[in-house]
Amino acid sequence: MDVLFSSFGILARWDVFVALLIGSIGGVIIGAIPGVGAAVAIAILLPATFIFDPIVGLTALLGIYGSSMYGGAIPAILINTPGTAVNALTTYDGYPMTQRGEGRRALALAYSASFFGGVFAILCLILLSPLLASFAKNFGSREIFLAALLGIVLVIVAHRGQTLIAAAMAFFGIWLQTIGLALDYSKTYTFGQSWLASGVNLIVVVLGLFAISQAFVLLIDKDTSPKAEALSGGIFQGFKELLGHKRVVSISASFGVIMGMIPGVGEFTAQFMSYTSASRLSKTPDQFGNGSPEGLIASEAANNAVPPAAMIPLLALGIPGEALTAMMLSVFYVHNVVPGPQLFSGQLDFVVALYIALLILNVLVLVFLLFSTNLLLKIIQIPTRFLGIVILTLSFVGVYSLRNSATDCIMAAFIGVLGYIMKRLNLPIVPIILGMVLGEIMQAKLRTSMLRVKTPFDMIDRPIAFVLFCLILIVLIGHVRRVWMEYKARQAQ
Amino acid sequence: MADRSNGVGHFYFDHHAGQMMTTGTIKTKSGEILFIAVFFIFSAFLLSQLGEQAKFNPKGKFFAQPAVWPGVGVFGMTLFGGLHLLTRYKHRIAGTFGEVITWLRALEFVGWFMVYVYAVPVIGYLPCTIVFTVTLALRMGYRKTSTLLWAAFAGLIIVIVFKTLLQVKIPGAAAYEFLPDALRNFMIVYF
Repeated sequence: MDVLFSSFGILARWDVFVALLIGSIGGVIIGAIPGVGAAVAIAILLPATFIFDPIVGLTALLGIYGSSMYGGAIPAILINTPGTAVNALTTYDGYPMTQRGEGRRALALAYSASFFGGVFAILCLILLSPLLASFAKNFGSREIFLAALLGIVLVIVAHRGQTLIAAAMAFFGIWLQTIGLALDYSKTYTFGQSWLASGVNLIVVVLGLFAISQAFVLLIDKDTSPKAEALSGGIFQGFKELLGHKRVVSISASFGVIMGMIPGVGEFTAQFMSYTSASRLSKTPDQFGNGSPEGLIASEAANNAVPPAAMIPLLALGIPGEALTAMMLSVFYVHNVVPGPQLFSGQLDFVVALYIALLILNVLVLVFLLFSTNLLLKIIQIPTRFLGIVILTLSFVGVYSLRNSATDCIMAAFIGVLGYIMKRLNLPIVPIILGMVLGEIMQAKLRTSMLRVKTPFDMIDRPIAFVLFCLILIVLIGHVRRVWMEYKARQAQ
Repeated sequence: MADRSNGVGHFYFDHHAGQMMTTGTIKTKSGEILFIAVFFIFSAFLLSQLGEQAKFNPKGKFFAQPAVWPGVGVFGMTLFGGLHLLTRYKHRIAGTFGEVITWLRALEFVGWFMVYVYAVPVIGYLPCTIVFTVTLALRMGYRKTSTLLWAAFAGLIIVIVFKTLLQVKIPGAAAYEFLPDALRNFMIVYF
C-alpha cells in the first residue's frame, strides 16, 4: 500500500498531467493519420523529452505508444487503410462492417475492445510487479547477456521469409554501435575521420530510419487525401456489445499480455494467435475476414494489451523487445534511471507510477474518442505530401537539438535514404535498432560476466542462465526445422 | 482474400484451416538484389579492414578486445548478407533501373533538408522554418493560397511548440544580431 501511495505522489504533478493529456490525445491523432505512426512521433519527440523528469518524458512517450493503436483503428475501419501497421488486421473485419453500413458499430467495438485490452494488461502488470521484482533479482550479467541474445534471436526469427536479411541488419546494428572510441580510447572504424570519433548516436539512427525515411516516402509517393464520411450517433453501445463476447476479449487480451512480455514477438503474433483462437471458438467462423465483430474484437484487444506488457522485459531486465521500447530505453539512460532488477527492487513506486499513468491514459483516450471521432475523420484527410513536409521539418528539431551538430543531420539524412530504400523493398529496419541497443547491452554484460567465467560451461551453470540458453537453442532449432519443412513442402509441390 | 503486408511479413486468413497464416517467403522486389549486393560488398570491405580499423591486443583477454564486437558485427553482416544474396540472386526482376531512379529522388529532399540545416544558424529558426515549409509545399505542387497558409502555420506552430514552449536547444541566428536590443534577446530566446 505504501508503494501505491508513493506512486500517486510521483504522479500528482501538473506537468505529469499535461504529459498524460499530450500523450493520450497526441497518440490518438498520430495513430489516426495513415503514414505517420507512433514510431515516427516518438523518434521526433524523444530528444525534446530529455529536458523533463523521467516520469514526465516517459508518460508522454508511453501515451503516444499506447494510444496510437486506438487512433489507428479509425482509418482501418472506415477507409480500409490502417493508421498504424499493427491495425492492418483490423481492416479485415472492420472495413466490411463499414461497407455493410455498420461503421459506427465497428468503431464502438474497436474502442471498447482496445480499452479492455489496455486496462486488462495494466492490471495484470500491477499485480505481477512484485513477482517480477523478486524474480529479476536473480538476473546477473550472464543472465542479462543471454536474455539480450534471446531477444535478438527472437526478433530475427520473427521476420518469417526474411530471416537472413533480418540477421544481417541486426549485425549491422551491432557494428554501428561500435564505431568511435573504444573503452581503451582506441578508434574503431573511424577511417581517420574525426567526426566519427564520437560514434553513431542511436537517436540519429532512429530519426533517420523512422522519421526522415517516412518523410521521403510521403514526399515521393503520389499525393493522396483519404476520404471518409462523417458518422452520426453515439458509440457507447460498444461496451454493451462487448459484454456478449467476454470469452473472446479475455483470451485475446491474455494473448496480448503474454506475447507482449516476450522480446521480439509483439503485436503481430499476439493478433495472429488471438484471431486464430477467436475463429476456432466462434459459432460463425465463416464470417471471419468478412466483417466479424469477434474478429475485430480479437485484433484490437490483443494489440492494445501489448504496449504495457512490452514494458516488462524493458523495466525488469533492461531489455527492449522492439523498436519503440528501445527508444524508451534511451529516455531512461538520459535520466540516469537504469532499468533492470535494481529498478524493481529500489524504485518499485516509479514502476507502479508508470502503470497507473498508463491506466489513466486509457481512460483519457476513451473519453477523447467518444466525443471526437468526427474531428479525427477530418485529420485523416490531410494530404500525404503535406504530412511529409511536416515530418521532415519536425525531424530537424529531433536531430539538431541533440547536440546542435550539422554532422548528425547529414548522418540522419543519409540513414533516412537507407531507411527509404529498405521501406520500398519491404526489408526489415527494426533489427538495426535492436542490434544497436541489445548489442551494447551484450557487449557490456559479456565483459563483466567474463570475470567469473573460466570455461564456456560457466556461462550457463546457474538455473536461469541455463533455461535462457535452452530457450535460445529451442528457438533456433525450431526455426531451422520450420524452414526445412517449408523447403520440403515447396519441393513436393 | 488478398494477403496484406504488416511490415514483418505477409499474412492472410485461411478459411479452410481456420487460422491466420503467413507466407513462407516474401516476393523479391525490383532493386532488392542490387541493394543486397551493395550491402554485401560494403560488409566484405569492412571485414577486410577489421585488422586496420579495430585494435587487437594479443596480450589482453579475448572478450575485452576492442576488435571483438566490431568483428562480430561485420562478420555477421557479411555472412548473412551473403547468404541472403545467394537465396535471391536467381530472382531476376525487371525494373531495377527505374527503382534506382526512385531511390535517387530521395537525394533531392536530402538537399532541401541540408539547406534548411545550414540556414537555421544564419537566418533564424522561425523565418527558416516558415520559408522551408512554404517553399517545399510549392515544390510538392500545392498552389492554393489556403494550403500555403496552412504550411506557414504548420511551420509557426512547430517553432512555438519546440523552441518557445519546450525550449529545445536550437541556437539563436547570426541574423538576429542586426535586430534592436530588446527584440534581439526575445528572438534569440524564443524563436
